[in-house]
Amino acid sequence: MTTLQSNLLDNHTPTGREEAWRFTPLKRLGGMHDGSAVAINRHSLAAKNSLPNGASFEQREISALTESDDAIVNRIREFTNIGTVLTIDANAEITEPIFLGRTSEGTTEAEFSRVLINAGVNSKAVVIIENTGDTHLAEDLEIHVSAGAHLTFISLQEWGAKTIHAARHHAIVDRDATFKSIVVTIGGDVVRLLPTVDFIAPGASCDLSGVYFATAGQFFEHRMFVDHKVPNAKSRVNYKGALAGDKAHTVWIGDVFIRAAAEGTDTYELNRNLLLSDGARADSVPNLEIETGEIVGAGHASTTGRFDDEQLFYLMSRGINGDDARRLVVRGFFNEIVSEINNEEIQNRIMSRIDDELAKAGK
Amino acid sequence: MSTLEVRGLKVSVDTEQGSVEILKGVDLTIKSGETHAIMGPNGSGKSTLAYSIAGHPKYTITGGTVTLDGADVLDMTVDERAKAGLFLAMQYPVEVPGVSVSNFLRTAATALRGEAPKLREWVGEVKAAMESLKMDPSFAQRNVNEGFSGGEKKRHEIMQLELLKPKFAILDETDSGLDVDALRIVSEGVVRAKEANNHGILLITHYTRILKYIKPDFVHVFANGRIVEEGGPELADKLEANGYAEYVSA
Repeated sequence: MTTLQSNLLDNHTPTGREEAWRFTPLKRLGGMHDGSAVAINRHSLAAKNSLPNGASFEQREISALTESDDAIVNRIREFTNIGTVLTIDANAEITEPIFLGRTSEGTTEAEFSRVLINAGVNSKAVVIIENTGDTHLAEDLEIHVSAGAHLTFISLQEWGAKTIHAARHHAIVDRDATFKSIVVTIGGDVVRLLPTVDFIAPGASCDLSGVYFATAGQFFEHRMFVDHKVPNAKSRVNYKGALAGDKAHTVWIGDVFIRAAAEGTDTYELNRNLLLSDGARADSVPNLEIETGEIVGAGHASTTGRFDDEQLFYLMSRGINGDDARRLVVRGFFNEIVSEINNEEIQNRIMSRIDDELAKAGK
Repeated sequence: MSTLEVRGLKVSVDTEQGSVEILKGVDLTIKSGETHAIMGPNGSGKSTLAYSIAGHPKYTITGGTVTLDGADVLDMTVDERAKAGLFLAMQYPVEVPGVSVSNFLRTAATALRGEAPKLREWVGEVKAAMESLKMDPSFAQRNVNEGFSGGEKKRHEIMQLELLKPKFAILDETDSGLDVDALRIVSEGVVRAKEANNHGILLITHYTRILKYIKPDFVHVFANGRIVEEGGPELADKLEANGYAEYVSA
């Protein structure tokens, strides 16, 4: 690997010069990256309702499914080997979403949390994690999507203004399995999320999509890595972000690696950012590394732009006032992805939070 | 009875070469129920007139007035102009990704009527407008102008004209890009809307073919940023026969 070099550090303490950390404001991580945070294992992740048949939830000793070069993940693993485990039984087809959530637990200590989601062979399920309140959270979440399984994993960062959240959400996708991930980050002070995927057998596919909306002072980073190491896997990445307000900062990194063995790979990644005011900054870095030419397709696109005056003119020429026209355009921009969340209550909640953020930004 | 009055309108646009004057003093008066055709060669400023009246930010008004029943249109924001009763059917309607036609129409109707239309009546209104323009019901769920064919975009514009019921409709090259059947369907929609609402029409076109369906009371020839000749429908016949050559060379 050349550009996608390892970021494994001898002492697990990034300096900010590493590729993986160069955008992150380390001083705002609450010490989760350098050992100065007061780490606790509070197992805050809980099931919201009683679990449906075919799913079970427990705390127990776990071992990591994969190695990681992420400094915070390694600190979490050094700290604890007790994790929260959600198991979806083999062949279970669960139609109702499984709701998990974390709520406000205070910010004097940092929760170092390990989570394992195991989707059994040929199972089908939707898991939704609702993150709310103010907390400091370092999260090592691994997902095993077994052969033939279909898992939709929705992670909603609707945090309060003081939250610091650093997480790796890593999915291992086995033969003919599909993994669909939807990430929504619309709250928190600093959120650094690593949605990463390992394909371990042919015929696997993943669809990673996300939306984020940062207002004044917020830092939201989403750093994908899709590892095509086996033939005939398919990946799609589509993230959309909006920024409004002074020093709103978002980072989107889309690393896709097509190894020599990964013939028949089909990948496309897309990131679009909408800058709604001056003083905001969106970094967007798609990065495709290809070691074989025998592929179906590989592409990426990244755009960052402002409100389209022509769209606003069109809407306003139909009597819609400027604020409502902007709201419509922003909702429309996010709708493509938010509408994928098959739950009207959540859709409405996210859209109205976006409306509120937009109104607060005063643009 | 309403009156849209344009007096001595001068409009410039900023270009890389500096400010360029497009409209050089336009005078025009349209009353409710009247249909005025503005005809002229490409680049004569016809569309600039349409967009300037609607308030597009690209155009700078450097002189003259536009009033609607005495109210200063040029002092209004774009949405205020629509609320005052102006409607512009655009030559190139804009895509608004992620916003459905149905949501867009209802938001516009709510803004223009000052209250949300009653759901049951509204659904009926939209359905009738779509049927009369021979649009598939699935159209309402598509995103505004996204992936629409040229004909679908124009039908969508005229559907809005029927639903939003303005006092004056400015139709900017509504006939462009339409095949014979679509031209007839769209034109019939314009005529139907006018019969229902008795609005004034400012019909901007390059060709006379749409005038077979939408009969003008007045024809204005537009060249080089101003109206150079005015007359009745017979003027359109003359243009059909002779083209714009005599106005362009002048």
